[in-house]
Amino acid sequence: MIFLKRYLLPRLFQYVLVIWLGITVVFLIPRVTPNDPVMAMIGMMRARGSTLEPGAMDGIINDLTEMYGLQGSWLDQYWIFWGRLFRGDLGVSFFQFPTRVNELIATAMPWTLGLLLTTTALSWILGNMIGGLAGYYSKRGWSQTLDAVAMVIRPLPYYIFAFTLLLLFAGAVRWFPVSGGASLGAIPAFTWAYIKDVLWHAFLPALSLTVLGGAVNFQIMKLLVQNVNAESFVQYAKMGGVTENRIVNKYVIRNALLPQITGLALSLGQIFSGALITEIVYGYPGLGMLLYNSIIRADYNLIMGITIFSIVGITTAILIVDLAYPLFDPRVRYY
Amino acid sequence: MKTIRDLFKDYRFFFSFIVLVIVLILAFLSIFSPYDPTLWNVVPRDMKPSPQYWLGTDSNGQDIFWQATFAVRNSLIISLIAALISRVIAILVGMIAGYKGGSIDRVLMFISDSLLVIPLFLIMVMLAMMVRKYMNLVVLGLMLSVFGWAWDARTIRSIILSLRERDFTQTAILSGAGTVKLVLNEYMPFATPFIFSTLINNISWAISLEITLAFLGLVNLNVPTLGTMLNWAITYQAMFLGRWWWVLTPVVLSLLLFIALYWLSVSISEYLDPRTRTQRVGA
Repeated sequence: MIFLKRYLLPRLFQYVLVIWLGITVVFLIPRVTPNDPVMAMIGMMRARGSTLEPGAMDGIINDLTEMYGLQGSWLDQYWIFWGRLFRGDLGVSFFQFPTRVNELIATAMPWTLGLLLTTTALSWILGNMIGGLAGYYSKRGWSQTLDAVAMVIRPLPYYIFAFTLLLLFAGAVRWFPVSGGASLGAIPAFTWAYIKDVLWHAFLPALSLTVLGGAVNFQIMKLLVQNVNAESFVQYAKMGGVTENRIVNKYVIRNALLPQITGLALSLGQIFSGALITEIVYGYPGLGMLLYNSIIRADYNLIMGITIFSIVGITTAILIVDLAYPLFDPRVRYY
Repeated sequence: MKTIRDLFKDYRFFFSFIVLVIVLILAFLSIFSPYDPTLWNVVPRDMKPSPQYWLGTDSNGQDIFWQATFAVRNSLIISLIAALISRVIAILVGMIAGYKGGSIDRVLMFISDSLLVIPLFLIMVMLAMMVRKYMNLVVLGLMLSVFGWAWDARTIRSIILSLRERDFTQTAILSGAGTVKLVLNEYMPFATPFIFSTLINNISWAISLEITLAFLGLVNLNVPTLGTMLNWAITYQAMFLGRWWWVLTPVVLSLLLFIALYWLSVSISEYLDPRTRTQRVGA
């Protein structure tokens, strides 16, 4: 079981450590910054014109302090914080009181997951396929045209790109809806009409995520393939009369794909952040929109919940991709 | 001169150069603005572009052209602070980790790996919410610089690791060069082209995050930046009311700026070292 000792255990240890570090930062941010979330809440309540009896104010301050987990020393707070987390309790949302943060995340989650999984898979597969072919036939006209297009799309941030598509396809020509995950008043049901509606709403967000992610994969894959292509075993195969199809699929692309698996693991965090931003631009009802609403309403517990949830989710996804790597690369063996 | 002539042969460098010169002129023009960018209703509202108001006016009663000059200037200030400071952090971390090795290396690389893995955007949103009251150009620049160094520190470390094994390192040590002198005099020249191209990439990254945070309303919306201009245009639904000049100004400016910065970094790093092509697409 050298695999376990040499690879799995250190990797799991690192996984736990990253989650610990991330969540500790989440714990520390409100405590080291010069801001009292309790007083900020009360300020907001006052600003809305709610008046309170003198005694009630103390009670509210106490309740809020407890809800934010701000009682006692930092160390006590830290213990309580982790205790709650281990029970899977992310607290209550302030502005949709008394809905639990867990429930809000659970409602938003399927939207984000659907969008994210589809677009990540599509952009990875399409980007690598087209990039691989463009790298192999790098002298052809279409390959160079695609390269030029990628050079324009690649540097654009998620936000600007999504917004530009929105301006074009929902503002200038109104082919697609401006916002939402489904038409207002549409009842979720397993009918073609509803599914069509959802897909129609998801089209632009999915398009912007796929094109942006695809452009990155395209560029990297094109270079990787060009490098593999120059290697002697490919030259040898060509001279030996191996069919071109076979060279491209079995020799070149397969070898070039491996770094792309590592690349996927490394970029998952960014892709996720990008998906949140894209959702906000299109008013898509996933985690991104939940985040946006919680920022507007200063719903601190909800933001913290989303962040903690995302840290655990992303690091787990990366762990899975990492552990799956030996399946794709027969040269990597842990025994 | 030959260097510059060679660079201008690359259409990407040529384009970037022109765009960046225009952007810098815009930023510089802000000094001559007839209006205070924080004041509202200094000009009639919602005017179309005309000889008097070159890019029209917005629903706050501000002149969009002059507002854009301030926006470009402020966005550049934020991104320069962020990029320069995070370069310093990246160089220090990368060089120390690469040269010292051992447990310092492991700790530093663990921190930078974590920064790569954790969805930083959410952490930044949390921080920005907490320091909202104190948010200004410098604070935002500093905040971005704290998070923008991880990937580049890793690459600088790997550059140092390979240099450490070369013969001249031994020669320098045996001739009595101290660590600081060795790193600065012998290693820096090798890392400089890379650091320069990451500087440009980092500027671009900082501008894009500023736009995102501004869109979420997490910066001071009275200070014009590319992000806050866009935020106001969206708040007033400029897109659907047909005020295209308002919404297009920040969008087109940022599109040009992002493409120009990327092309500049690509063409310069390809010129300096054709082998870095694989690195640049990964960065």
